[in-house]
Amino acid sequence: MNTLDPLVQQAWQVLDTLTDPEIPVVTLRDMGIVREVFHHEDALEVIITPTYSGCPAMEQIEDDVRSTLQTLGVPVRVTTRLSPAWTTDWMNEAAREKLRAYGIAPPERCASGAVNVVQFAPRSAAKRGASDQPACPRCDSKHTTEVSHFGSTACKALYKCLNCLEPFDYFKPY
Amino acid sequence: MDTPVTPVQAPQDYLLHLADNALVLGQRNAEWCGHGPILEEDIAMANISLDLIGQARLLYQLVAERRGDGCTEDALAYFRDVPQFKNYTLLELPHHGPLVGYAVSERDYATTLVRNFFYSALMVEVWSGLLDAADSALAAIAERSLKETRYHLRHSHDWLIRLGDGTEESHRRVQAAIDHLWAYTLEFWSASPVETAAADQGLDMTAIHAAWQRTVAAGLAQATLHQPADDGYVPQGKTGVHSEHLGYLLAEMQSLARAHPHGQW
Repeated sequence: MNTLDPLVQQAWQVLDTLTDPEIPVVTLRDMGIVREVFHHEDALEVIITPTYSGCPAMEQIEDDVRSTLQTLGVPVRVTTRLSPAWTTDWMNEAAREKLRAYGIAPPERCASGAVNVVQFAPRSAAKRGASDQPACPRCDSKHTTEVSHFGSTACKALYKCLNCLEPFDYFKPY
Repeated sequence: MDTPVTPVQAPQDYLLHLADNALVLGQRNAEWCGHGPILEEDIAMANISLDLIGQARLLYQLVAERRGDGCTEDALAYFRDVPQFKNYTLLELPHHGPLVGYAVSERDYATTLVRNFFYSALMVEVWSGLLDAADSALAAIAERSLKETRYHLRHSHDWLIRLGDGTEESHRRVQAAIDHLWAYTLEFWSASPVETAAADQGLDMTAIHAAWQRTVAAGLAQATLHQPADDGYVPQGKTGVHSEHLGYLLAEMQSLARAHPHGQW
């Protein structure tokens, strides 16, 4: 059950080919969804942590993990771990860069101290310091504004760049 | 806590109360799917519903697993009837004000947003309290749900201000929704066997009530809206005594599963 176990290493190699069904440029490992792999006597166990309770991609992800690991010829068990809850802070630097290149503004780091504070949205970009705004993934300008709290998937909000005028998805810090 | 912590399972009726709240409101809000007043809000409601139904699923799965004997999340969601549902009455009401007899009305978005504001302001406090629940599986679900609920509160709070401090028409309609729904929030604070049995999970409803009042009062004040007095009939949805609206909601939600009782999809 340690990382030097050849079967566990092999499993990670296979898992590294799996991408997020909604954002095909990042892997499940980059996203921080696949947490750990254990080699038990009876099976390989893969721990995954869901992003959002209602994310329709989660069942697809579970199926993908199970069917991909079957190629190793050992029984596989996928276990869902809820706590600690998934956070965008688990996303690695490589993933952030890949998101930006794909046209999605990557999430800011969550302020750890503010976990229990309900933060309300400012009503306009003017009321918020320009440095707090996500940068446009196309022209890198921070002169951007939120169009909608909710975007094309549960994990994103819709923004608009006031510099190049392109709309873009922002991965919500979560 | 001074005494050694032993795993304590929260009463199943309490888990069902939390699950039914999320499922019934998720189903109601999903009625806006394809009918939202603007595209962004259509998407917002669909997203919020997905989160709520996802929360309900986690709770139903937990209850089903503990009951064993072939019980499933689908059995709990689709094969129970009105008196077995333990959701707050507030959450089953249609998206419009009171009507006479069986008159029908268009959906009113102010009613939707005010209800979401009252409920998410409550659940931010409840989920926060349940982070320390003696039942660790429930605490894990709370940790997951709290993040989502904070975002829902942010959404409805923003709209409350935009509509309340907006035009004469939007102000009038959001105030009418508050006047209609306020009495239903009294159910949050009345004692019930379901909640009494869950007292060992460590929720302090008096503190939650105070925190909820602060959030709501601040939101209403900023939105230039008026808070009604606490009076009127206190609904008892959480004890299984519901309004006439829940039956229609369940009929629509459950009909497919009941037409194909062993269907797998």
